[in-house]
Amino acid sequence: MTETLNYILLGFLVVCAVSVSFSKNLLNSILIFMSYSLVMSVIWILLKSPDLAITEAAVGAGITSVLFFITLKKIHAIQSERREEREDEQEKRAE
Amino acid sequence: MSRRREQSEYEKTFAFRFFRWLSGEKDAYIGNMEMRPQREYEEKEETIAERMRERGKLAAEVYDKKYNKELRFFDWLYRAFSIVFCFAIVAVLIFTVSFLPEVGNEENPDNNIVSETYISRGIYDTGTVNIVTGMILAYRAFDTFGETNVLFVATCCVMILLMVDEDKIRENKESNDRGFEPKNDVILQKVAHVLTPVIFLFGIYIILNGHLSPGGGFSGGAMIGAGLTLYVAAFGFEKTERFFNERVYRIVKVTALLLYGCIVLYYFFTGANGLVNRIPLGEAGKILSGGITLPINIFVGSEVACTIYAFYALFRRGGL
Repeated sequence: MTETLNYILLGFLVVCAVSVSFSKNLLNSILIFMSYSLVMSVIWILLKSPDLAITEAAVGAGITSVLFFITLKKIHAIQSERREEREDEQEKRAE
Repeated sequence: MSRRREQSEYEKTFAFRFFRWLSGEKDAYIGNMEMRPQREYEEKEETIAERMRERGKLAAEVYDKKYNKELRFFDWLYRAFSIVFCFAIVAVLIFTVSFLPEVGNEENPDNNIVSETYISRGIYDTGTVNIVTGMILAYRAFDTFGETNVLFVATCCVMILLMVDEDKIRENKESNDRGFEPKNDVILQKVAHVLTPVIFLFGIYIILNGHLSPGGGFSGGAMIGAGLTLYVAAFGFEKTERFFNERVYRIVKVTALLLYGCIVLYYFFTGANGLVNRIPLGEAGKILSGGITLPINIFVGSEVACTIYAFYALFRRGGL
């Protein structure tokens, strides 16, 4: 049972790692990275190192992604949906 | 016999300049180094037109993929080689992994005298039930001291890069990007209201029980830092400054690092020179046990929590 769960989680890790680099939206890739860390922390528990799991959940899934979000916001890489829609409309008008 | 120097004579000495610089009355650079604001770069229309023409020429003649056969070939080669390179690295790594010994095998090279000593003697030497923490904070206290210093230096570097003058934070709301987003989000505030005390409690529990149960200074400190970050994100900096401002941050951070340094120095000095170590180990399993592990856990925890909060605040508005 644990073995199957382990394989499923490891497969999920690979899928996450690949899709982080292939996702076009930066916000999405950070969210996927966050879920990667979360799954990694479950795997740490299965590998019987709960202290690493605690650290991974707090640092990897929490703080790193928050810092990524702030950085993206500072460099204006996250746009609100309304702004995107407006830009789309402008492009349509220009055409 | 000493004689009082005259003021004009004293002003020429190094001590006068040093204390003036120390008290912040005079910038050492003013008067000695010329500091000018950068001139705005202006471009003539001719140069713009020329550049556009050159770019168009390049795109039409050199980088035109339809007619440039060499370029097309190179493009194809580039893609082929990148794929081959990728698969080669994957193959090498998988080939290497297949030679690794099985997990939990008796004859693995990591089952040597070091881990055996840690397991068999750890509780007598350090008094910690959690051998991992005992290893990190007692046997390798010097290592962890270095890591804590790295955290300290990292926040200093981020401060140098991102710190904004305090007056500017109040005047210029643009540096504080909270002005642009919906404030007082009800869902976030309610969730933070319920979660923050639990997160703080859990973090403190992990730090205090670092030598008894899984966890330790770093994980607990990271958790408290995450709780602080959540609180700031929900309620804003004004409310947080009531209990955690720059003064508290400075005191906690410097005190933790200094006391940690003192304890590690004492521990190593007494250990290396055959002197008696007067820090009692206590009874294994009790909170007040583990010798130096418990205080070091607390210091590392406060250091990490301060670092994480400082990163968030500095990234967010350029000040604590």
